[in-house]
Order: sequence, then structure tokens, then C-alpha cells
Amino acid sequence: MTRPWFHVPLGALAVTVSLAGAALAADSFIVVQSTTSTANSGLLDAILPEFTEQSGIEVRVVAVGTGQAIKNATNGDGDVLLVHAKPAEEKFVADGWGVQRFDVMYNDFVLVGPSADPAGVKGGSDIVAALQAVAKSESVFASRGDDSGTHKAELRHWGNADIDVKAASGGWYRETGSGMGATLNAAAGMGAYVLSDRATWISFGNKDGMEILVEGDDKLFNQYGVILVNPEKHPSVKAVEGQTFINWLIGPDGQAAIADFKLDGQQLFFPNAE
Amino acid sequence: MRDFAPDMAMTFQAEGLRVGRNGVTLLNVDHLAIDGPGPTLILGPNGAGKSLLLRCLHGLVAPDAGRVLVDGAPCAEALRTRQAMVFQRPVLLRRSVQGNLDFVLRRRGVPRADRPARIAALLAEGGLAQKARQPARSLSGGEAQRLAILRAMATDPEVLFLDEPTSALDPSATQAIEALILDASRRGIRIVMVTHDIGQARRLGQDVVLMHGGRVVEHAPAARFFEAPETPIARRFLAGALVI
Amino acid sequence: MQDFAQEFSLALRLILTGDPDLWEIVLLSLQVSLTAVVIAAAIAMPLGAALAVLRFPGRRAVIVLINALMGLPPVVVGLLVYLSLSRSGPLGVLQLLYTPTAMIIAQVLLVAPIITALTRQTVETLDAEYAEQLRSLGVSRLASVPTLLWDGRLALLTALLAGFGRAIAEVGAVIMVGGNINHVTRVMTTTIALETSKGNLALALALGTILIALAITVTAAVSALVERGEGAEVRHA
Repeated sequence: MTRPWFHVPLGALAVTVSLAGAALAADSFIVVQSTTSTANSGLLDAILPEFTEQSGIEVRVVAVGTGQAIKNATNGDGDVLLVHAKPAEEKFVADGWGVQRFDVMYNDFVLVGPSADPAGVKGGSDIVAALQAVAKSESVFASRGDDSGTHKAELRHWGNADIDVKAASGGWYRETGSGMGATLNAAAGMGAYVLSDRATWISFGNKDGMEILVEGDDKLFNQYGVILVNPEKHPSVKAVEGQTFINWLIGPDGQAAIADFKLDGQQLFFPNAE
Repeated sequence: MRDFAPDMAMTFQAEGLRVGRNGVTLLNVDHLAIDGPGPTLILGPNGAGKSLLLRCLHGLVAPDAGRVLVDGAPCAEALRTRQAMVFQRPVLLRRSVQGNLDFVLRRRGVPRADRPARIAALLAEGGLAQKARQPARSLSGGEAQRLAILRAMATDPEVLFLDEPTSALDPSATQAIEALILDASRRGIRIVMVTHDIGQARRLGQDVVLMHGGRVVEHAPAARFFEAPETPIARRFLAGALVI
Repeated sequence: MQDFAQEFSLALRLILTGDPDLWEIVLLSLQVSLTAVVIAAAIAMPLGAALAVLRFPGRRAVIVLINALMGLPPVVVGLLVYLSLSRSGPLGVLQLLYTPTAMIIAQVLLVAPIITALTRQTVETLDAEYAEQLRSLGVSRLASVPTLLWDGRLALLTALLAGFGRAIAEVGAVIMVGGNINHVTRVMTTTIALETSKGNLALALALGTILIALAITVTAAVSALVERGEGAEVRHA
């Protein structure tokens, strides 16, 4: 079946005439600024078709780090914010950019590292003690370094461990300034420790000699929240459609869909809307 | 006596022409009239200012001082449509042989339907009929220069300027070019041609202008010039002793 | 590393099964980049040719600027377009952010300097050869532009293909202004970036192979069209 190839250039030239054809295809859609963990794990791909079928609203997901997602939403470039950095989310609402924050679901962070485990932290459940061991042995640690939800959480743990990672930056502490996936790839390449959300880790395809070394600490709890961008700040926000989506997500159908999403038999996100 | 008699042909008069670059005077011609019958050959060693004079007459170079009168009046840009020039190295468009002629005919406003016949006639005249569809830039040096002359002729000029058109060609190619030039002259087109080849000037010239150091040293009928040059510079040039 | 062996069988399987998602992405890539090149050429070719034949104060500076813009980082272009098209930006009301149109705008900005600079150089070289002859034929400076563009067509085609290559291979700008939204703005390069970040290196490499094949196909198709067009050149002359 090589025939379709033949049509590619001509077909493309024909389509070329209608510039934004694809953008005009759906008459009702919302833009959700979200994080790589929800999109790249496949969660949103799995649950959104059900919502679109029920509501007729298409959901367009822009997957970036939490910091950039919040910044984009502040600029009005999205209708709904779905991220995981509670203090930053509350500030977003307090500053008037968002209407109201709702808990949606949680999962947890895990400390991933090389199976050889030079810092000897394997099997532990105390993240603070584990990070202290990593710092003490000066084992390489890959940080997101991108102001994402995961990065903010990681910095909080370093703070609790009373370790100044800024001083070690460029030494054993390496900031990739990239998304979770890129940072995991970098960690695999360097044999580094890395803090990841569990969903991204499970769905990650390039585990290559790495495994979960520390998990189960209450401090590793990772809460996701959803916020409607304030239409009073940005009149372009599709408030009705956006709120419809939020209501579905925190309602019984959405919560069930989240609980049903499994990868390799493992549940990745746990619904906990009020 | 050959039968060149372009009584009606365009005449040129240069008055007080001065062209300089970086403080060096390259051309300094007080008075020169080109109004006689037959081809005018501009002779002189390298750097004499021959090509520059030709460009001033054609209007490609604006003189720093002085002027060129064409048929007694200052040269207007529109007059150039009645003039054509062939360069030392033929500048052929990156199209087929016939495409080069078509370009000129279209500019001249020749209707599309009439062009193929004109092109065929021109190509036959220059012996290039077999090469009509070839890319012009694949022609040999002699063929390319012939095409350049045919293209100039396609503009129906009243005067044809030629700047050493055969300097890079072998004798047989040169002969073919000279035949085309003589043919044009017989049809009443004024020929003004630069050469450093004395033999060529003898073969073609009715009227000779000798230049040296940017000045016109001698301007005389060809027969008189070659038999009894008046100036020492002309005598040395004809003796082959004047290189620069 | 079994990635290279895997990659080829994966690329072949994706092509042979005619995966509809893949075709959608391939077509959108072509649509965005070809449109960008056509628009960029319409602006850049006359501009480059005018820069070559006209003389005006500041011309040198403009040429230096455009040559420098050839190396414009895609991320910077992406940022500029994002800031312009953002709801909070000056062109926010147009609602173009996260649409293929936004990606086309970004690619036009990336490609136009390349086509302008290469056109300027091509036309200037050709003009050095043609200028006196065209003037002798009574063609004015500006009127010589179409002749110079047509006679420089082979070199200009290379300029267009260079522009297309930059557009189709670029990821930094389109991911920022397109958002890599599935079924809306997801193109080959953003898909490759996404699959790499998911750790699906073999799939990413397979997509990369298809992208290269795509670029080769377009280049070959255009070259073939031009060669066939040469036969009929007198019609255009």
C-alpha cells in the first residue's frame, strides 16, 4: 500500500489553501492549560472523549509545566487550568486570575534512581532522609529546574532536608530546565536520581536501568486542582463551557473516568473531589 | 569603394566629455563627430578609454561633464530603444536560444503570433536554426556572440555598438561575426565598434578613431589613416610598438 | 541499544498501516510549512530582488540585518509570536493562538529572512552580469527584477527548499504558538518532541525517519516539476 504516498504533495497543496481549516472544524471548544503529567501519561486522552461525547465540547490541551501553564492562563490563553501546585494555584485565585479552585485527584511523587543506588536509599520511605543521603554521597541528581509543580515540590523537600542545592548546581545537582520526560531521559543518561510524579514514571518508555527507590512518604503526596480562568479578567474566557468541564471532572462521571484509567494494570490517579 | 552609405543613419556628437574615477581622468574627449558613412572603428591599446567612450555614446555611462548629441539633440532615455549594444563577453539570458530572441521581440511589442517567424528568420541568418531549443548558455563562444548580435538586430536598431566582440574568438568564428556586422552595415545600420585588432579595423573600418590615454588622438577615414597616419602615436600604434 | 532496529520496523509499520493519526499529523505539517514557504516567498523574493537592484541609504545595514535574521532562534520567534497573539497581547483579539495559522505566522518569520537573503545574493550576482545588457535593451532597474528572478529560478528554487527545510524541521516556535494540541496543532516535530519526552525513543526515531522521507519527497517532487517546466520555458520567456 504505497499509493497514499503518491497523493501527499498534491493533497497538501490542496489543503494548504484553507489556512486554519482544522482550527475551525469544531464550533465549540475550550483550551485547558495543563501539565505534562496529565497529558503525557495518557489520562486526558483516555477521559476527554467521554466528556466531549456528553457535552459536545471539544477540549484542547496545552501540556506544559505548571509554572508556564499558570503564566499562560494569567495571559488569558486558556479557559481552564489543571495543574498540581496548590500554593501557586491558591495564589492564582487570590490574585483574581481564577474563579475558584477545586481538588480533582491526587497521586504521589517517587524518587527514581539508578538500580546501583550509590547513595544507598533503596527501600526507604523517608524522602528527606533519602535526599540527605544523596547530597552526602554527592550522587548526581537531575532536577526539573523549570518552576513546574514537580520542581516546586522537590525544592520544598530539599528545604526540609536543609540542603542548599543552589550551591551544588552544576556539580552533582543538575537542573535540566525541561519537562518531566526530558528530565527522566537525562537522568537515565547520567545515572542520576530524580523526583518524578508516579504517573509519568509508569508511562515512561525509557526506564533503562532505573527504578523507584523511595516511595510512600506522606510528604510525597501530589494533589491536582482545577480552576476556571476568571472571565472578569479575560472576557474571551468561555466560562459556561469551561465550568461545564470542571463540573464534569469533579462530578461522578469524571471522577469515575479518572479512577478507571489504568496503565499496565496500575491506577495512576486517584480521584478526590469533594 | 564598398557600398556602405547610411545617409539616414543616426549620428553622434560628443562634446567636452569627461569621465574620472578616484581623481584619475579616464576619458577626455573635446569633440568627436560620428556622422560619416560606413562602420566606425574605435582603435587603441588597452586602457585607452575605448569601451568607456562607447558606453558614453550609448548612454550606459553618464559623463561627469560634457554631453552626447544624438541626431543633433541631447540623448533621451527613449532613444536607446533605437540603439543596441553587443558586449565583449556575450550576456545571454538563462533561457533557450529562441527564448533570448523572444525576450527582445516581446519587449519591442512584436505580437506573439508574429514572433516565431521573426525568430526563425534571425536564426537562419546567424546559422543557428538547428540550435533554437538549446539552452543559450550551452553555445560555443562564437555561437554565443552570434546570438548576441542577432538579439541586438532583433531590436531593429539604427545603430549597433560593439565592444571587442571577437576578442575571445578563433579566426573562423571571428569571420562569421564580421560577416554579420558587414551585413548589418549594408542594411543601413550605423556600426560603432571597439577593437584592438588592427587587421579587423582594416577589414571593416570606413572611419577610424584612435584613442590613447582617454583622448582621441586621430579621427580619419580608414584609407587615409592606415596609409598616412598623421600623429606619432598613430604611427607607433600601427607599427605595433604601442602597448599601453 | 535496540532502538535503531526497532525504529525501522516501527516506521515501516506506521507507514504501511496508514495510521490515520499519523496521516493527519503529516498532512498538517505539510499544510503549515508549505503555506508558510509560499507566503514567505511572496514577500521575500520581491524584497530580496529589490535589495539587490536598488541603491538607497542604509541598504548595507538592511542586508546585514537580514543575513543576521537567518539565524533567528525559533524559540525567540515563538516567544515573539506568542506574546503578540496571546489574549493579553496586541493581536489577542484575533484568537489565533493555538491554531495552525499561528504556526504559519511563526514559520513565515523564520523562513522569510532565509529566502530574502538568498534571493538578494542570487539576484545581485546575476545582476552584475545582466545590468548593462538589460539597460542597453531599455529595461529599467525595477523592470529588470522579473527577468532576474526568472533567470535565477534554479538558485531561487534552492532558496525555497532551504526555507521549506527550516520550516518543516522546526519545533521550538510551533510548539509554543501551536501548543501541540492533539488533532489541532500537532505536527511531526512536536510529536517527535512529545514522544521523546514520554521516553518512547523508538517511536520518536521512527517519526523522525518519516519526517526525513517527507522532506526528501517534497524536494524531489519540486525538482522534478521544475525540470519538466524547463522544456516549456520559451512560453514564459
